[in-house]
Amino acid sequence: MAKKLAIIASKGTLDWAYPPFILASTAAALDYEVSIFFTFYGLTLLKKDVSDLKVTPLANPAMPMPIPMPTLVQALPGMESMATLMMKHKMRSKGVASIEELRSTCLESGVRLIGCEMTIDLFDFRREEFIEGIEFGGAATFFEFAGEADVSLFI
Amino acid sequence: MQFDKELDARGLNCPLPILRTKKALADLQGGEVLKVVATDAGSVKDFQAFCRQTGHALLANEEGDGVYTFYLKKRA
Repeated sequence: MAKKLAIIASKGTLDWAYPPFILASTAAALDYEVSIFFTFYGLTLLKKDVSDLKVTPLANPAMPMPIPMPTLVQALPGMESMATLMMKHKMRSKGVASIEELRSTCLESGVRLIGCEMTIDLFDFRREEFIEGIEFGGAATFFEFAGEADVSLFI
Repeated sequence: MQFDKELDARGLNCPLPILRTKKALADLQGGEVLKVVATDAGSVKDFQAFCRQTGHALLANEEGDGVYTFYLKKRA
């Protein structure tokens, strides 16, 4: 019987978008049955347009910077966009997959993507903003598959 | 070594070589051989782990000039 992986994706920045999609797509390639529950900021990872995901060096002292940068400078307007551009450029040059590619690989390989109903309501999102092929549900929906999972991750 | 299909995964980083390999294997019959070339140094351990977990046979892996070559025989 196939092993099962359950993931909660709770973060919506470019860097934190990677772990759920990398682990889910790889597990699916290893014949796991995979479900990801997207909640709070993680729900933005299911939006049709994820090209505006950002990464910030603020409150993230481990982020490698080309030159040492005081925290106050990191807070200046434009710094977030610059850090995001740098990260995307770096990823492309290192052959790292785009979020779009990992996400569509997940969908193609049968990973269940479940959006949190409460988050939609909380942030006044509309269902039309999200990609096709996903489901919506709540905490009980998560436990229906997490309760039988061999691996459960909170990201 | 004889192979039935070749996958060029050079320049791709983790987990893309494995994801592309999974897709490429889907086009093969059981017992056919897929050759994969990659440049990701982490792929050596990953291909061994992939084969152990999925039951495909890793017939050989070679390294030369930073290029890693794998031969996978699809499980029956």
